[in-house]
Amino acid sequence: MSADFLYGIEVIINGLMAGVLYALVALGFVLIFKASGIFNFAQGVMALFSALTLVGIMEGQVPFAHLINAIFGTSIHHFGWTVPAVLAIILTIGVMVIFAWMVQKFLFRHLVGQPHIILFMATIGLAYFLEGVGDLMWGSSIKRLELGLPQGGSLAIENLTSGLGGDDFYGFFIDKLDIVATIVAILLVILLVAFSQFTKYGRAMRAVADDHQAALSVGISLNFIWVLVWSLAGFVALVAGVMWGAKSGVQFSLSLIALKALPVLMLGGFTSIPGAIVGGLIIGVGEKLFEYLVGPMVGGATENWFAYVLALVFLIFRPQGLLGERIIERV
Amino acid sequence: MLYRESGDFKTSYKADNQTFPIAFDRYRYWVVLAVAYLVIPFVITDYWANAILVPFLIYSIAAIGLNILAGYCGQVSLGTGGFMAVGAYTCYKLMTAFPDVNILLHIVLSGGVTALVGAAFGLPSLRIKGFYLAVATLAAQFFLVWLFNKVPWFFNYSASGQISAPEREFLGIAVTGPNTSAWASYLVCLVFVTICAIIARNLTRGSLGRQWMSIRDMDIAAEIIGVNPLRAKLSAFAISSFFIGISGALFFAVYLGAIEVGEAFGINKSLLVLFMVIIGGLGSIFGSFAGAAFLVCLPVILKLIGVDLLGWPTDLVAHLQLVLIGFLIMFFLIKEPHGLAQLWNVIKEKLRLWPFPH
Repeated sequence: MSADFLYGIEVIINGLMAGVLYALVALGFVLIFKASGIFNFAQGVMALFSALTLVGIMEGQVPFAHLINAIFGTSIHHFGWTVPAVLAIILTIGVMVIFAWMVQKFLFRHLVGQPHIILFMATIGLAYFLEGVGDLMWGSSIKRLELGLPQGGSLAIENLTSGLGGDDFYGFFIDKLDIVATIVAILLVILLVAFSQFTKYGRAMRAVADDHQAALSVGISLNFIWVLVWSLAGFVALVAGVMWGAKSGVQFSLSLIALKALPVLMLGGFTSIPGAIVGGLIIGVGEKLFEYLVGPMVGGATENWFAYVLALVFLIFRPQGLLGERIIERV
Repeated sequence: MLYRESGDFKTSYKADNQTFPIAFDRYRYWVVLAVAYLVIPFVITDYWANAILVPFLIYSIAAIGLNILAGYCGQVSLGTGGFMAVGAYTCYKLMTAFPDVNILLHIVLSGGVTALVGAAFGLPSLRIKGFYLAVATLAAQFFLVWLFNKVPWFFNYSASGQISAPEREFLGIAVTGPNTSAWASYLVCLVFVTICAIIARNLTRGSLGRQWMSIRDMDIAAEIIGVNPLRAKLSAFAISSFFIGISGALFFAVYLGAIEVGEAFGINKSLLVLFMVIIGGLGSIFGSFAGAAFLVCLPVILKLIGVDLLGWPTDLVAHLQLVLIGFLIMFFLIKEPHGLAQLWNVIKEKLRLWPFPH
């Protein structure tokens, strides 16, 4: 096998890994969209916020320290303790549950029955709000996330594969973190599927996704399910935030990377969890391959837009996405 | 008190259908125009022009453009920043390629080119709707910004990748470049705003505007009663982009003078203009002005209170501003989905009947 071909394969593998991360963010969108018809633009910021919160709790930062210092002229920054990762993750999940409850109580409860596009715009406002609150709470500097996740290229794979392509080929370079992310994502999907198939609340969630009125009539509390779904989405956001954050530091660009999940969704269909995964993989591989093959000819950085344009072209031929439900409109 | 209608009878269909049906509004309109054209240029200072008035006027044009698309035709677009960049770069290319042609003509032509680009990116709207479309317009946003960043022809192969406006004169007065006086840039923007607002108002109440609104309210029903969706949607995209292109050209040539595309026309600019439209009022020309004024003034006021008065650090105030904007968006969507414009209407209705509301 020639080295070029093998490098192509490496690009594809790395694309798959990146795609898994996109799919992770996209999952959060699908969960909320299926259950409540809300297209949550804030999902990326939720990932950022949860990662910020995790770092802040782990390092024992005082929330809103910046604001408190400015108002009272004090100079507090840290409580002076560090919290172990597991406890910090549990606390962060707690914060995301409270956030989910507040979103439901103060925002979407008042927007029931509004057109979808209004709800969408409300989540854009929510994204701004949450971003501001995150910055106020934990400061806006770039933070390192030290969870002890493995970093750097995997030497084992590199050594194992270096013999494949002759002298020009040094073996596949695959980030250990990407491998971890892939495993975590697969576990998460299995967990979510198991939850929605085999538990009482999971079934209730699917019932709500199917038909709000019918679900209400058999005694399912819509409010509870929506809080549950937002909490789940918060949890997924936390996982995505941890993975992205461990890779490139916890910073604002995290929420922009998460915007990439939107074309993933459009490709896969808004209503389908397998669609989110397949879409993520297609986008991940597509943009890496495009950058590898075409990027050098047009000046590079095509990853910024390739996903969107691909989704756009795709939608023209199949408006409901790859695996989405067919859109039927009646007057 | 001021909004008395007694004696303000309409005797013709035309009079009933005019933009300002109440006499007081008509007088106020002329007073506002007179103040804007005859008083402000003489008292304007650099600070007022650069911090408030010029950005307000430019964003008003952008907001009117987006309002035509999102508020009147119901097609939410997140590509405003990209389209503004098209206007800015077209203006730059025209200015440097044809230095002798009048700058104002260049700005109008930039709007025209942006209209073509906008119509091209509007084509998917025939197949996809709602937030599918909103996300699809993100393709325009990211692709266009990338294009202007990466293709050196667009920034005339300058080393920094920035574009800066050369000095151009109109009637012997510099309107672009570093030597522009505050009143000149203000007046240029004001002229464009006035013309755009009048055009937009008359378009939206004419047959085209009614077609847009019927598409917005229910596109299938509109199609059945004979509105051509292709024509309505593409014209909305084109005309909206025309305004947005003009505002982008003004933003670059008259306001900032030099820009870097990723910074000036990123996704945040798209969201900012969308927020102006939401807060101001979807489907209202007055709302576009109100929203632009609000979101231009908000950071200035916050900075005055936070940094200058309380002595807080600037980044803290910037974060507070994010929180506040986000909160206001949600607040308006819950309490008053039609924005400041609707609030204004409610006040007017109250004033008309005051003090005997029953």
